[in-house]
Amino acid sequence: MRRILLSIPVVLGVVVVTFLLLRLIPGDPARMVLGPHAPESAVAALRRQLGLNLPIWRQFWAYLYALAHGNLGTSIYYKAPVASLIAPRLALTGSLVLVATFFAIVITVPLAAFAATRQDRPGDHAVRLFSLMGLGMPKFWLGIIMIIFFSLDLHWFPVGGYGTTLWQHLYSLVLPGLCAAFAIVPVLIRSLRVGMLEVLGADYVATARAKGLRPSRVTFVHVARNALVPTVTLLGINIAYLIGGTVVIERVFALNGLGDLMLSSIGVNDFPVVQGVTLVYALGVIVVILITDLVTARLDPRIRLK
Amino acid sequence: MNAAITPSVALIEPEHEVARRPSFKSRALHNRTFMAGAVMITTIVALVLLAPVIGRYSPVGQDLLHTLSGPSALHWLGTDELGRDTWSRLLYGGRTDLQVGVLAVIFPFCFGVFIGTVCGYFGGRLDSTVMRIVDVVLAFPFYVLIIALVFFVGVGTHGIYIAFALTDWVVYARMTRSGTMVARTLDWVAAAEGGGLSRARVLWRHILPNTVTQAIVYSMSDIVIVILAVVTLGYLGLGIQPPAPDWGSMITDGQNFLQTDQWMAIMPGVAVVFTGIALSLLGDGLADILRPE
Repeated sequence: MRRILLSIPVVLGVVVVTFLLLRLIPGDPARMVLGPHAPESAVAALRRQLGLNLPIWRQFWAYLYALAHGNLGTSIYYKAPVASLIAPRLALTGSLVLVATFFAIVITVPLAAFAATRQDRPGDHAVRLFSLMGLGMPKFWLGIIMIIFFSLDLHWFPVGGYGTTLWQHLYSLVLPGLCAAFAIVPVLIRSLRVGMLEVLGADYVATARAKGLRPSRVTFVHVARNALVPTVTLLGINIAYLIGGTVVIERVFALNGLGDLMLSSIGVNDFPVVQGVTLVYALGVIVVILITDLVTARLDPRIRLK
Repeated sequence: MNAAITPSVALIEPEHEVARRPSFKSRALHNRTFMAGAVMITTIVALVLLAPVIGRYSPVGQDLLHTLSGPSALHWLGTDELGRDTWSRLLYGGRTDLQVGVLAVIFPFCFGVFIGTVCGYFGGRLDSTVMRIVDVVLAFPFYVLIIALVFFVGVGTHGIYIAFALTDWVVYARMTRSGTMVARTLDWVAAAEGGGLSRARVLWRHILPNTVTQAIVYSMSDIVIVILAVVTLGYLGLGIQPPAPDWGSMITDGQNFLQTDQWMAIMPGVAVVFTGIALSLLGDGLADILRPE
């Protein structure tokens, strides 16, 4: 409960920032939408429609009031409420984030454990080189390489699109999910490896070994259990980066998610939609971070007591 | 006052020789990670600077009779759909991307370290206000915020600079703030304050040298993050605008020819990955070298 209260100022701040985004436009937003040749009367009308003729604090008040009623504004291009454009796309982006998180964990944990148990040996160096390459790799480029290899050459996966049945949905999210996961896998591996090295040096691990437990049991029961909390915390910190990455990945794999809506609205200067999508993304991140906080508190009683 | 103290300190002779830490230069030369990164980055910078000499073609010069040709003696990496030399575009594109990447980090670095130091040292209302702003900026997914900012501020290089100036300082601020909070509890800082040194001098000479190393190490991975973002924006058509060469827009062009001319999309990506590895190695090496004993 206290954590939920703590995130209220952040939510307010996020609302203020998305409101202010519009003020960053050099010149007149209405003129920007309609182009330099539109008649002055049309520009004035749009300015009135957007409420730009009011003083800024009244605009902000109107924005807040509308938000409180679930109104994210009206799209200039589609002439429809922004919320109604966002809602049907949430499921796709949400599943993409879930699939990507799943892949991130499934790839990170074994590799980090593998590297940490072989510190400074060839296996460790191989994993470190792998994460080094991942750090400097543009994820959209990785997506293109995956399309070339898995879709065009091997015909294992579709080149893009989302399919119609649940099975097709999941199937078409494999490559994009992998790709999005790689946005945070290198960072996760590096941090988790260090975390595991610390746990491996702890007394209770020495005790577990000394009483003759199998090495695999020590790694997975004693080490992994204690490295779990930092992993979830790390995931919470990095999830924002992963979610941001999906915007570009949706473009690469032609998925009609929230990111696609954002980019196509940018293409037609539909800034109420861009504003609305930005806000929804940020609120999504705040919720996810809240959840990881609650999960870590459940996993580690010491955190709950603080 | 300072002048009066200095000689008396100098008069105290060390009672025994303390084993001195090898110099920065010698530690750097013996660190394999750092040297590997340094050699790679020097190579990249040299190639990019020599672009007019070794590029052999103009990066924007079209040759419509030789479009989409594969690698050959004339065009080492082939040509694109307008007959522009890929090797030359790769070099000039690197020039722009590296330059934008490094320049975009300078303001966030300076401002973040400054505000982090002030917040960490003085605390109070300024500190809590700045930290709330940091929380808000970090609540946005990085790419969403950057894309939205570039869209609202204006597409292109100057949009990129403004977007990073507005957002990227928060990590430096947070890092330097916690470093400063630790440093101000240390004995030598207390000694410097007790000795009557001005606050500015304590911050500048006694705290900053200890906190800035972490920021410098991070700036290496930050440049990688920024270059990736610049390339990504270029890919989306929001970054460096054509016809100026840029690795990102080169990949966009190449994506149209995935069935037939895959190298067009692959080569610029390889250049980005190589640059990323070089800077990461440099950063890891620096972290080893600068780590206090």
